[in-house]
Amino acid sequence: MSVLSTENGVMRFGGVLAVDNLNIHVEENEIVAIIGPNGAGKTTAFNMITGVYRPTEGRVFLDCGNGEKQDITGRRPDLIAAMGVARTFQNIRLFKEQSVLDNVLLANHVRLKNGFFSAMAHWPYYYKSEREMRRRSFELLERVGLVESANEMATSLPYGLQRRLEIARALATQPRLLLLDEPAAGMNPKETEDLTQFVAELRKDLGLTILLIEHHMQIVMDISDRIYVLDYGKTIAEGTPKKVQDDPAVIAAYLGVDEE
Amino acid sequence: MEKRQIKGFVANLNPKKRRNLLLSSISITALLLFLYFSNEGILMGSYGVRVLNLCAVYAVLTLSMNLINGFTGQFSLGTAGFMAVGAYTTALLILPVEIKEKIFYLEPMVPWLKDVHWAGNLGFLGALLTAGVLTAFIAFLIGFPVLRLKGDYLAIATLGFSEIIRVIFTNMQNLTNGSTGIKSIPPIANMWWTFGVMAFFTIFMVRLMKTSYGRAFKSIRDDEVAAESMGISLFRHKMLSFVLSGFIAGVGGGLMASVVGAITPIFFRFILTYDILLIVVLGGMGSITGSIVGAFLITIAKEWLRWLDGGFSLGFVRIPAIAGMRMVVFSVLLMLVILFYRRGLFGGREFSFDWLINSLSALPKRVFSLFKKGGAAK
Ligand SMILES: Nc1ncnc2c1ncn2[C@@H]1O[C@H](COP(=O)(O)OP(=O)(O)O)[C@@H](O)[C@H]1O
Ligand SMILES: [Mg+2]
Repeated sequence: MSVLSTENGVMRFGGVLAVDNLNIHVEENEIVAIIGPNGAGKTTAFNMITGVYRPTEGRVFLDCGNGEKQDITGRRPDLIAAMGVARTFQNIRLFKEQSVLDNVLLANHVRLKNGFFSAMAHWPYYYKSEREMRRRSFELLERVGLVESANEMATSLPYGLQRRLEIARALATQPRLLLLDEPAAGMNPKETEDLTQFVAELRKDLGLTILLIEHHMQIVMDISDRIYVLDYGKTIAEGTPKKVQDDPAVIAAYLGVDEE
Repeated sequence: MEKRQIKGFVANLNPKKRRNLLLSSISITALLLFLYFSNEGILMGSYGVRVLNLCAVYAVLTLSMNLINGFTGQFSLGTAGFMAVGAYTTALLILPVEIKEKIFYLEPMVPWLKDVHWAGNLGFLGALLTAGVLTAFIAFLIGFPVLRLKGDYLAIATLGFSEIIRVIFTNMQNLTNGSTGIKSIPPIANMWWTFGVMAFFTIFMVRLMKTSYGRAFKSIRDDEVAAESMGISLFRHKMLSFVLSGFIAGVGGGLMASVVGAITPIFFRFILTYDILLIVVLGGMGSITGSIVGAFLITIAKEWLRWLDGGFSLGFVRIPAIAGMRMVVFSVLLMLVILFYRRGLFGGREFSFDWLINSLSALPKRVFSLFKKGGAAK
């Protein structure tokens, strides 16, 4: 069964039809990419899925792990995150005034079992949770290669590392489905290659299902199982990388569009 | 056995930690001695004690406001209203029955409160706790409509509720004695009380900010969209912060009532919130130590500048006595401080002995380099 699926998702902003008739599905342990020129509606699609925007029309469904399909259309982002959907942002949204470690620690909060009073009284049980959160956070920082910077301010990191930190933060919520919005934007070729490998490892090591938006065609072609191509909000092609690459409609949409 | 464990604990600390532990112990002992001698009237007169009491109470109120504004990023201006709830609750509970009879002469007091008198320190503790819980409850009720708002809208709404509380209190003649207010409130809040409560809430805040809930507050302040996408329920955490802030403001208001001895609804006008907001901004949004240092600096400065109101001579011109002169000078001073320390004295940081020693030991070098630069310029 699909981990994620949408049914005729439509998003309108005033007169702008940002996403039209979005019908996508992502299967367990798949890596699926959404590509398309700037302004095609890719980020908007993410926002419809994660609850940041309530779709104007259509439905979003999530399989929450027990084989049951739940309608999550327009549900609050925090509730969707609690169901195991985590994301990163195209225009990096780290907690600026906080350390690298605190950024990751915070994302553990959604899985915390202790209520406020038990946390404040520092009952042994809370200490245990706090230690566990720290251990998991360091594990994730290790995975993204940021352990040495744990106590630095999040914003003092170079751009590429900030993107990695965002991924670590998303992983700390213990997701089943990870949404990455242009994870390689602003990265140099070497960083991009590392990232491609990193995303592939995530799927293998953590058994994650991944939906990603990307501009860099190379990444997309290398690691995705299937691709959706959006243009002016419409899905103009879908299928395996090979199939999409040769699709005349896709070539037309990308013609003259500079690939960054 | 216990002793040996403690000894082992101290020996196991690294030298820096041991030094900080020592410095902390010395500071705390000095503070306790200071409190003892001040409270006994040996170090200073009743005026000095009163000012220090006010400092501590303002520190509590600043912590309350910093929690919701500085740590959670919600621009709330309801502090004066919350204080009013706490102050009246405390005053009405600790006021002796004879005094109640005497001051409620326009209209007799409601029967269920007329004969209530929680006497002594224990009674005061009970009254403060009741004040805190009641204020927290009011904050909870107000929070439902207002915490859905953001920024300026939230500020205006909380300010509105604060004024509504004040108007209600002005008109509940048989409960609050209306605009005449309540006087002869027993001065139970000595320095042990004010500094004790301040210490309690300081530790409370430090702890809170070390828990996952404190991190959730700060993440909401830094980026609501990201926080929500990481699974933080915005409303629940804003509400938690708002209610806790209300609790602290209620207790602070109760302390204030006992320190100043007389309260009227006028006392809880917007200007009071503004005073506390100034301390929050000057001390540093999101700094616990900044709140406390700011509260002491501003409260003492305001008292010290009193001589300005009485008229003074600048040598060649004589400035006549103008009421409010002190506030003018005070505001100018504040503006200067804010110009140079845009993020408040402490920014979002906290005081630590490491920081103090580092900056002290760096001082000679900095002064020296200053001279060197001056020499090079010549
Ligand atoms: N909050 C919003 N309000 C109005 N228009 C929006 C909003 N978000 C996105 N849009 C519009 O929707 C279209 C798709 O944007 P977006 O999803 O960000 O594109 P992409 O991520 O594919 O580059 C654009 O025309 C954009 O201007
Ligand atoms: Mg985008």
